[in-house]
Formats: sequence, C-alpha cells, structure tokens
Amino acid sequence: MTKSNVTRGIIKRGEYYDSVSLMKFAGRLKGLPGVIDSAAVMGSEENQKILEAAGLLMDDFAEAADSDLLIAFACEKAEQADKALQAIDALLNSLKETDETNHDILPRTIGDATRVLPGSNLAVISIAGKYAGDEAMNALQAGLHVMLFSDNVPLIKEIELKKYAAHNGLLLMGPDCGTAIINGVPLGFANAVRRGKIGIVAASGTGLQEVSCIIANEGEGVSQAIGTGSRDISGDVGGIMFIEAILALADDPDTEVLLLVSKPPHPDVLDNITLALKNISKPIVAIFLGADIAKLGKYNFEAAESLEEGALKAIALARGKSPVYITEQLKDRENQIIESAKAETKKIASGQKYLRGLFSGGTFGYEAQILLTESILDIYSNAPWGKNHELKNSLKSEKHTLIDMGADEFTVGRLHPMIDFSLRNKRIIEEATDPETAVILLDLVLGYGVVEDALAAITPAIKEAKQIAKANKRYLPIICSVTGTDHDPQSRSEVISGLKELGVIVRESNAAACMLAGYIVKEVGRR
Amino acid sequence: MINEIFKQELKVINVGLKSFKQTLDSVNVKAIQVDWHPPMLADSALFEIIKANREAIEKANAKAVANIMKSKPVLIGLDKAIDVIPGMKDNLILHAGPPITWEKMCGPMRGAVIGALIYEGKAASVEEAEKLAGSGEIEYAPCHEHDTVGPMAGIVSASMPVFIIKNEEFGNLAFGTMNEGLGKVLRYGAFSDDVIVRLKWMNDVLYPVLKEAIEQIGRIDLKNIIAQALHMGDELHNRNRAATSLLFRALAPAITRTCQNSENAARVLEFINSNDHFFLNLSMAAAKASLDSARNIKSSSIAVAMARNGVEFGVQLASTGGQWFTGIAPVPDALYFAGFSKENANPDIGDSSITETYGLGGFAIAAAPAIVGFVGGNASDAISYTLQMYEIASAENKSYQIPSLNFRGVPTGIDIIKVIEKNMLPFIDTGVAHKDAGIGQIGAGVLNAPAEPFIRAFEGLAKTFTNKQES
Repeated sequence: MTKSNVTRGIIKRGEYYDSVSLMKFAGRLKGLPGVIDSAAVMGSEENQKILEAAGLLMDDFAEAADSDLLIAFACEKAEQADKALQAIDALLNSLKETDETNHDILPRTIGDATRVLPGSNLAVISIAGKYAGDEAMNALQAGLHVMLFSDNVPLIKEIELKKYAAHNGLLLMGPDCGTAIINGVPLGFANAVRRGKIGIVAASGTGLQEVSCIIANEGEGVSQAIGTGSRDISGDVGGIMFIEAILALADDPDTEVLLLVSKPPHPDVLDNITLALKNISKPIVAIFLGADIAKLGKYNFEAAESLEEGALKAIALARGKSPVYITEQLKDRENQIIESAKAETKKIASGQKYLRGLFSGGTFGYEAQILLTESILDIYSNAPWGKNHELKNSLKSEKHTLIDMGADEFTVGRLHPMIDFSLRNKRIIEEATDPETAVILLDLVLGYGVVEDALAAITPAIKEAKQIAKANKRYLPIICSVTGTDHDPQSRSEVISGLKELGVIVRESNAAACMLAGYIVKEVGRR
Repeated sequence: MINEIFKQELKVINVGLKSFKQTLDSVNVKAIQVDWHPPMLADSALFEIIKANREAIEKANAKAVANIMKSKPVLIGLDKAIDVIPGMKDNLILHAGPPITWEKMCGPMRGAVIGALIYEGKAASVEEAEKLAGSGEIEYAPCHEHDTVGPMAGIVSASMPVFIIKNEEFGNLAFGTMNEGLGKVLRYGAFSDDVIVRLKWMNDVLYPVLKEAIEQIGRIDLKNIIAQALHMGDELHNRNRAATSLLFRALAPAITRTCQNSENAARVLEFINSNDHFFLNLSMAAAKASLDSARNIKSSSIAVAMARNGVEFGVQLASTGGQWFTGIAPVPDALYFAGFSKENANPDIGDSSITETYGLGGFAIAAAPAIVGFVGGNASDAISYTLQMYEIASAENKSYQIPSLNFRGVPTGIDIIKVIEKNMLPFIDTGVAHKDAGIGQIGAGVLNAPAEPFIRAFEGLAKTFTNKQES
C-alpha cells in the first residue's frame, strides 16, 4: 500500500458478528467507490496482527477489547474515505436484515437455547477457537452432543472435552470437524447423502465427504457419518472419540458395514482401535491414508489405499460381495486411464513438464501426494508428506507441485477456498501462464455450506487458463474431480457437464483424477 | 450411550456460523441460533470459581429477588435531612454515585455543591463557595451510603427537606429530595439566583405543605402508584407523568384540607402539576428502599445499586456489602435541546439508575411508548430493549407489569454473572447535564452501562468464594 492512501478505522464497541458475516461485510465495503482495501474483524490480538500486516491497524485499535468490532479501510482520496465511513452503518445493518428473519430475541447462551428448544440434543459450535472449547463444555454439561467445527482449540481442552463426553455417553466431534451426517442430517460442510447401511467414522473432513458421496452416487447410503477431528488419532488424544464412534456404530442396528477414514493413527492408538474392532462382527473397511497396507493385513478389517477404494469396498460389503472384486475393477480402470494419459500426452508441447495440483480440500492434496509418490519422485508441497519437498514459498510452484489451498497461509483472515474461489482462481491462471505446466489438477467440493454456484465461480479461471495456453500454442489438460451428489444444492451432474463443456477432464474421484494426472506427467517425462 | 441419539429426532443448537443454521432450515431440521457474543471477560479460572459455587449463588439470588419483590415502599413523611438521614452532619454533602473528592468532581456536580453551599448560607458567592468546597472543611459522601438517592448530581445538604420512604415489609427507610423540575436546576449543576430562590421556596412552602398533607394521609403506597403508572405509559425514570398525576390525586384533597393559605396550596399543586418529573425522586427512593432489602446476602450476584457520579459508574452487589465496583462513566447518546450537542455533554451522572436496578426505567421502556424517541423512534425498539433485559434479569416482578408484553412482569434483579456471560449490559434511560457547572440539563437519552464495573464486580464476587476457602 502506498503512503498516499487514506486509511480510516472505527471501533464498534460490543458489536459482534460471526467471521463469515464480517468477511462479507468487508467485501461490500471494498465494493464502495475508491475503497482499495478493507477489513472487519473482532478486536482480538491475533486479528490486530492481521490488520497490522494489511497496513490497516489504527492507533486507537490498541484500546479495543476482544468483544469490540474493528472496521478499517484504505482509500485513494479523503472524500471517498469520508463517504465510505458514512456508509458503514447502513452496510452493517443490511447484514443484520438479511440474517434475521424475525424480531424474536435469540437466546444468548446454550443454556437458554435448551429452554427455547426443548429436547435439543446436538450443539454445532463454530465460534473462534479460544472460546469454542468452553462453549463445547457448556453444551456437554447441558447433555448435548457436540459438533465442534472450530479449529485452534487447545489440545489440552480437546482431551478434557473428549474424556467428559466419553464418560457421559456423548459425541464430541472435533475440534476442526468440518463434516458430519447424523440421522441423515448434514452438519457443517456436508453433502446430501441418502441414508443406508454404511456407518462412517472419519478423522478427516473432506475424506468423509468423498467417501459418503461415492457411496451415495453408487446407489448405497450412509447410516451415520461421525467426524472426530484430525487430532483424535494422535498419541495425545489417544483416539478417544474414534473408538467411541466405532463402538456406537457397532451397536447401531442400522449400520451393517463400518468404514473408517483417517491418516495413519499413532501406533498406540492403532493398537487400541484394532482391539476395539476385534469384537465387532460387522464387516469393516479402513482407509488409513498413507499407511503401509501390507502391515495392516493381520487385522480383521479390509484395508484400502485410497478414499475411493475404501468407499467402493464398503459398498461391495454392504451388497454382500467380496471386496476382492473391487481390486480387480480398479486394475481394469488403471489400464483405461493409462490409455487416456497417452492420448493426452500426444497433444502436450515439449516444454510442458510439470504437474500443478491446487486443492481446496486438505485431504485431497494429502491423498494426491500419497497416490502420486509412486509415479513421480520430486513432489513439492506447502504441506509435504513423507519424503516430498517443502515449497520455499507457498505462492510459487516448483517442478511438480501439490498445494493445499486451505492451509493457514491462504486462509488467515480469509474465507476457506471452498467458499471463496478467488485465490485458487488466481493461482490456476498463474499455473496456466507457466510454460512448464503440463497438467493442472483440481478438486471441486459441492454440498451445504460451500459456495452456492461452484461452476460459475470457477468458470472464468478455467476459460482464461485455456485461452492463455491456446494463445501460446500449448494444450493444457485440466483434470478435476467433483465431490458431491445430485441432491446437493449444486447438482453434481450439472456441474460435471458444465466443466466438460469448458474442456475440463472430469474424473469420478480424486484418486482417479490423480492417477490420470500422474500418468500424463510420467508419459511426458519419458519423451 | 452415544447411539441413543441415532433414534432421536435431531434438534440442533447452532453457535456460530449462521449458514449452518440455514442448511438445517433448508432440510427441515429443528434448529435454533444462539446469538453468541464473546464473554465480557476471558478468564476461565474465574468462571470455574463461579461455576463451582453456582448452587449457592442461585439460592442466594432467589432470596435476593424475593426480598426485592416482596418489598413494600411507602411514602410516610418529610423532614430535614439532618434530622432523619443516618450519619448526616452540618458539614456533610451527599452526592450521586460512588465516592469522589471535590478535586475530581465533574462540572455539574461542582456546580450543585456550589449551589448547596450558597443555599445553606455557608458561602455568599460562587468564589467563596468554591474555596470552601475544596478547603477540607466540607465532607462528601455518596447518597447510597446514607440510605439516600439523588438524581443527577444528587446533592443533599443538611437543611434540605427530604421524603421519607419506608419499606413496610422489612422496616428499612430510604430518603430523597424533592424534584425541582426541568431545565436550570441544582441537580444539573445550575446555581444561579433563580435556582436558589426556587430551592428556598421549596423549603419554605412546598416542604411544610406536603409534610402536613402526608401526615394527614398517613401513608402513600408508592408500589401501587408505580404499578398503575406502568399501565399508563410511564417507565418511572424518563417518564413520570402518570405517576406524578396519580400522586397529585392522592395529595390534592389532603393539601386543600391541611393548608390554611389557599394561595400556597394552589402554588404547591401547580408546582407538582407543572413538573412531570415530580415523582422521579419518589420512584428512585422506592427502588432504593426495596433494593436495600437484598443487601448482605452472601453469594448473591444480584446488583443492588448502579450509580454514577459524572466521572465513574459504580455497581454494588448484594453479597459484597458497601464495596463499589467502578469504571469510567460513558457519555450518553441523547436527543439534545436546541443549541447543544454531545460535545457539551457531561458523562453519565446520577443515582437514578437505581430505577433500572429495580426493573424500571430502561428495563421497562416497553411500557412507555410515548418516549421511544429516545431509543430510535419505534415502539418495537422499546419492546426489543425490554426483552433483552430479561436475558440478564434474575426474575420477573409480577407486581409491575408491562401491558404491551401481555402484562409480563418487569425484568428484575440484574444478575451480573449473566451480564458477563452474555456480554449484555444493562440499558439505562437518563437525562444529560452540560459538562460545565451552572448550565443545567441539555438533553435526555439512553445508554448501556459500561462493562468495567461489572467485570470488577464479577471478580469481586469470585473473591468472596476464594477468600472463604483460604480462611
């Protein structure tokens, strides 16, 4: 920001809005004439640092409390700044009007809410992490199950909450639990998945979305999908909720097959999980993404290497079939993918060498690294797995690069890339401009809570990327998987046909998309 | 057992992102949004202490609000301050709010002290009065510490006549001066000749006439008048027109009987009739007499006083004796008289927030649609303010009802734990004084109490439990 800009800020004492509303507000503020940059945050120390980094920290903000709303913006001219300042109250009010449909006084606490809604049994908590743990405890003490969407809840608090929940027969899903489906009800970022026989326990949000959508799209259904938050299977937390959820599904008459999804649990936790599984007579499929499958053979579950494989195996078991046939089916498909990779490779120019994967779902970026490590040796990432290399700068790709766009460096003070596509769209165009890019690999997550019109949001970037390649006489394949169902607010099949019209290669799963991308760069490298 | 929920209808409480509630609405799942705010204070250790003692607190609060609601404030007479107010002395001046020294007093309070010293004959001029006020010869104390309440500057000096209010249920007394009217008056810091002349007339004529009339009547039930006035559009802080009229009806026959001088009788009745706020000092003293019955109840988190001295806003709790928990007093948002603006306004001042502490004033503003101009102009705004105050109140006082809320009892007994947890501050109606001495009232409006005194009170309450454990 140049010095000639005019920055203005105000403190709204005691006014509180959730972070998404504030980001929407900041967006509208930035839309006013002459406003170059804007921010609206609650007055916590962390938020003040964000403002400072953006050059929007006002002197008097130092005296603001956590519960005060801070609004700051920069303009080119003082007159524009004055006008924007006058418009702030109206903009804030419009936020209220769209959010509040009636004039009833909403309860201020969970305790009051239980009186207003008798028989309430689940709290979904998505406030800032420093408060979320205490509110989760309030909810548990009121006898409520809890989905704790918030992240940044201290580890020690998580352990305390989970011990309390386990002791009292309650679910504590999270912290950082993005997805769950309880009694068919989508919670957080979830998809419209029909009810059925497969019960899911997942320590991965997008992993849960991928397997539940594959299950639904293949015509099966989900009894319950319980998220635990990714830290649950660490040695510190000890898999408390993962195991509680397994036991609950084992006893649930509607659940006929168990499907477990997580990164490899801590060895002690794995021991405890397998101990719990021992006495369960229902078929079990486990996807411990990144684990050495060979070592899992001794347990009484069917191991799977990818989310897709695990989902398909669970479906086979739910239909009373052997999962072996899935392995064969996937082998056949691999051969088809190799053929299409060869066909694609022929169209790619000689200087195009590298794969660039841009993921909005953290688990998809992680799964991609695992699945691609066999075929590509040098992978760079902002969240490297195994022996992969760490990017020097998350904003700059090197060789084969797989980026988790949901990582902190992209999301602090911003909406998640599943809600706001702007950063990833920018990056798609940057990668298309790089003459060494051979393939762009994407995920697209549909469902509740994410961007309403995913196709419209991504279309401009795809079009521009294709145009840049064409103008430079290159062919640039863009491969994408679409996680969702036809019953989602954004119909999956409509999104897929829209993407295909744009020239995107749409694969049925993240695993299949990764495989195609992997074979293309392998073929390219062979030339 | 966890899987019991699998057999139940899901009913969701959503705390945070509203889009999650919208998703649930779209799939027809019963869900409620919590209007969550960060707690006023992020100190888990303190919350733990409070949580651990919740049962004792609830029990104490039930007793405190029961006492407040059982109280029966009755006007039983008038007398000179020095003759009835406990601890009143010739050189003592009582003031509004928490304790303050002459040096630190705001303009209007200094103005009122100057006026009182001239009125008492202790100073012949403003200069003399100022000199005496800061000489150390004059002592100052909060009205509240002498069973008294005073609006705005709240100045009470030795020879001033005061109403005597008795809480018939508990026997305790409370005192308050007679209201001078609006505009340039002592309580707003004005001390010009006409102010002193009016005070003299109030002493020489109004006081003896009222004293005799009340003696003749015996007792005037203030609780009854307040209850009726709420049905007639008063909230008993910024609007006292109905209550003043009801008092007038009670007094008029007695005055005509007891006052031999018909001109004086007429002037007294005219004075009361022309001052819509005449009842304010009585509603305040009635509130004070009632709330004092909740003092010294161990473990209670109920506020028994909120009072401002024009510099600081103070809170007292049922469980912490005479201790004041204070913070800087804010400047009210107000409607200003022509020629004045917020820049001229003094920070909030007066003991009159005792009415809110009692469940009247801002807490009962839904009963007073005529003054919604102070709260944004719509009757629905006023209703919304009162509805919010139920969130921080401990009980509803069935003796005092709000017609527009289907005769719901006023929100009564401010629970400071709720104030902290819900981050919701008491809502107060108020008059606004000019910040300079000698000018007087410049507007009226509303404000939220500042957070700091409540945070301090919350800490003070927690301390009563930890101290107990240590000893």
